[in-house]
Amino acid sequence: MAKMNMIQALNSALDNMMEKDPNVLSFGEDAGYFGGVFRVTAGLQEKYGLDRSFDAPINEAAIVAMATGMAAKGLRPVAEIQFADYIFPGLDQIVSELSRIRYRSAGQFTTPVTIRTPCGGGIRGGQTHSMSPEAFFTQIPGVQVVMPSNPYDAKGLLTAAIENDDPVIFFEPKRLYNGPFDGHSGGALSSWGAHPKGEVPEDYYSLPLGKADVVREGSELSIITYGTLVHVALAAVEQEGIDAEIIDLKTLVPYDIETITRSVNKTGRCIVAQEAPRTSGFGAELAAQIQEDCFYALEAPIQRVAGWDTPYPHAHEWSYFPGPQRFINAMREVLEA
Amino acid sequence: MTQSDPRFHVPAPHVRPGDTPDFSHIAIPPAGEAKRPAVDVAGPETMDLALGLVRVLDHNHQAVGEWDPKLTADQMREGLKHMVLTRVYDDRMLKLQRQGKMSFYMKSTGEEAVAVAAAMALDNGDMVFPSYRQQGILFARGRDIVDMMCHCISNSRDNLKGRQLPVHYTWAEGNFFSISGNLTTQFPQAVGYAMAAQYKGEKQIAASWIGEGSSAEGDFHGALVLASTYKAPVILNIVNNQWAISTFQGIAAGEAPTFALKGQGYGLATLRIDGNDFLAVYAATQWAAERARAGHGATVIESFTYRADAHSTSDDPSGYRPKGEDAIWPLGDPVERLKQHLIGLGEWDEERHEALEKELNELVIASYKEAESFGTLHDGPLSPVSSIFEDVYAEPDWRLRRQRQDLGV
Ligand SMILES: Cc1ncc(C[n+]2csc(CCOP(=O)(O)OP(=O)(O)O)c2C)c(N)n1
Ligand SMILES: [Mg+2]
Repeated sequence: MAKMNMIQALNSALDNMMEKDPNVLSFGEDAGYFGGVFRVTAGLQEKYGLDRSFDAPINEAAIVAMATGMAAKGLRPVAEIQFADYIFPGLDQIVSELSRIRYRSAGQFTTPVTIRTPCGGGIRGGQTHSMSPEAFFTQIPGVQVVMPSNPYDAKGLLTAAIENDDPVIFFEPKRLYNGPFDGHSGGALSSWGAHPKGEVPEDYYSLPLGKADVVREGSELSIITYGTLVHVALAAVEQEGIDAEIIDLKTLVPYDIETITRSVNKTGRCIVAQEAPRTSGFGAELAAQIQEDCFYALEAPIQRVAGWDTPYPHAHEWSYFPGPQRFINAMREVLEA
Repeated sequence: MTQSDPRFHVPAPHVRPGDTPDFSHIAIPPAGEAKRPAVDVAGPETMDLALGLVRVLDHNHQAVGEWDPKLTADQMREGLKHMVLTRVYDDRMLKLQRQGKMSFYMKSTGEEAVAVAAAMALDNGDMVFPSYRQQGILFARGRDIVDMMCHCISNSRDNLKGRQLPVHYTWAEGNFFSISGNLTTQFPQAVGYAMAAQYKGEKQIAASWIGEGSSAEGDFHGALVLASTYKAPVILNIVNNQWAISTFQGIAAGEAPTFALKGQGYGLATLRIDGNDFLAVYAATQWAAERARAGHGATVIESFTYRADAHSTSDDPSGYRPKGEDAIWPLGDPVERLKQHLIGLGEWDEERHEALEKELNELVIASYKEAESFGTLHDGPLSPVSSIFEDVYAEPDWRLRRQRQDLGV
């Protein structure tokens, strides 16, 4: 075991996988020699050579397409998109190509690509370095979608994503790279050093895709979320002294319906939370599915905690970010109903 | 795991951190050598200009050759002033960013001529679609410095209501489009804008700038094909400052000997110019503007320059390139070169230059004081919180009205 932040944990997963499997390659804008603007791929080029960890031209469509072609030939490429906000030039290659190769070739070709990309706000990045576009990708049949909330999960899930035979869009909540974040913008920065999930094995391991974690057991209500908001929800629950159950989904597609329904059937009250804009966000999918599966157990309407339906503002970032107070309001609402 | 020879080609720069800076592989043709064709020349006939380097100021700082725009001393002094102001402003803003006064900053040090000379050669009524590194255009067009700073510190007078990262300016009044953080998107937009101006029967043209790294994006090729197909009155500038964050120009160039040459594939007029030579940038822009206005179509201009400082305040170049490269950049410093040219003409001297620097420094410091009186990012006042719900649509719909209520503003 070693203390790792999320950047080191992701780097360790890539290192283990590149060591283990010569078909694993890593590339992206600034991701080769320099090791990525967030340093996730640091040291890999030096260790594994220019053709296994390399810089790509600034063309996200080409990066995704190159990965797709490589995967068709039997490699397991890990492409970095520098910020999730910049994945859209590559969207056609994901929607129309990468995701459908298995289906449209009736299984003759498969494309086990992993696309890693930092997402989310809270770093004063303005509208082009803050987005959480995960919901777009959950609308694409054929890709799986993952978003870890801590170093231990990040490593195990990235390993699983690389080993997975289908394409995975792997979102890295960059606000969590260096430490957990409780959503209080002015508060002290915390590090992963003191957090149990900052303990990460140096050796290879993988965690199953499609499995959620109950990060806090509780009886009064269920909060279902993922990524940065897992920590915000925990902080809000402690602050408000409510016995809430908190579920960290970790995988969005396919999401762990069993863990969700078990919890909601137990508590009868539910909040779904996402940092992305509210309309048609992943929370909307969760709410719809939960009411189908748990309608008779529900004692109150499901509440949504989300970003506003606006681009991510820069100066007023903290008025946009769904912080603890928005969770507290939602908990009161769902308990009073 | 042992390293072997790479099994496919990945370009690498000549030198890396720890190595001695070296630009001996860069061929610099003499100033004055390039021919200046008529503005109605067919695009393919400018092939040699895509491979050469239009230079006016020679190593003695004299203006030579057909491309000399023959500017008056007053025009050149004005250009010098805008370039010095750009540099002084960038230096001050960097310091202020380091003091926590703004969230982020991007300098244009070493590339001042690319923006300032182009802006001066265009009409103020021409539309510009810049990247985040052409703040010089704003100075050349006379934008109020206090307003620029208010944007950068996101205060109550930020004309963008705190929505954009610093340096992502918009100034409609000055025909300066909204800068995007998403690379290259402005390139094909500029073509569409230029076509619309034609449609409306106006003489306005459009110009856009991207970095050499950004030329790898699909939108680059989209812009060139549109410009060629519709023979649009647009100038498409590629600012080759050698670096795209940590990646050297070879990652975007591949086997292409120059970026300007890419325009040849589309049959466009192409110029490759010394971007640190104020007069060359002016002359090339003037040529391309004349060509566009006369209905002969678009020009692709590669400005060959060097990013003398970090990519942004989030970047530390010591991790990927040797220190001291800027000092030995073979095309020198654009400010110094124009200054020496004016001195050689007897139109400028060290005392006046020092006085200019001092005056502009004081102007920038005083402007900042004034800007700060309208608030700072950390201490406010900012634009009202409710403003985050404005301008998403012409009118907020029920969702935004509800959300605004939820936020209690
Ligand atoms: C679509 C998109 N992809 C990636 C980025 C991240 N990014 C910002 S600046 C930059 C490098 C740009 O280099 P270049 O085009 O040479 O311009 P320069 O910064 O040198 O002026 C990158 C990769 C982005 N902003 N937008
Ligand atoms: Mg560049």
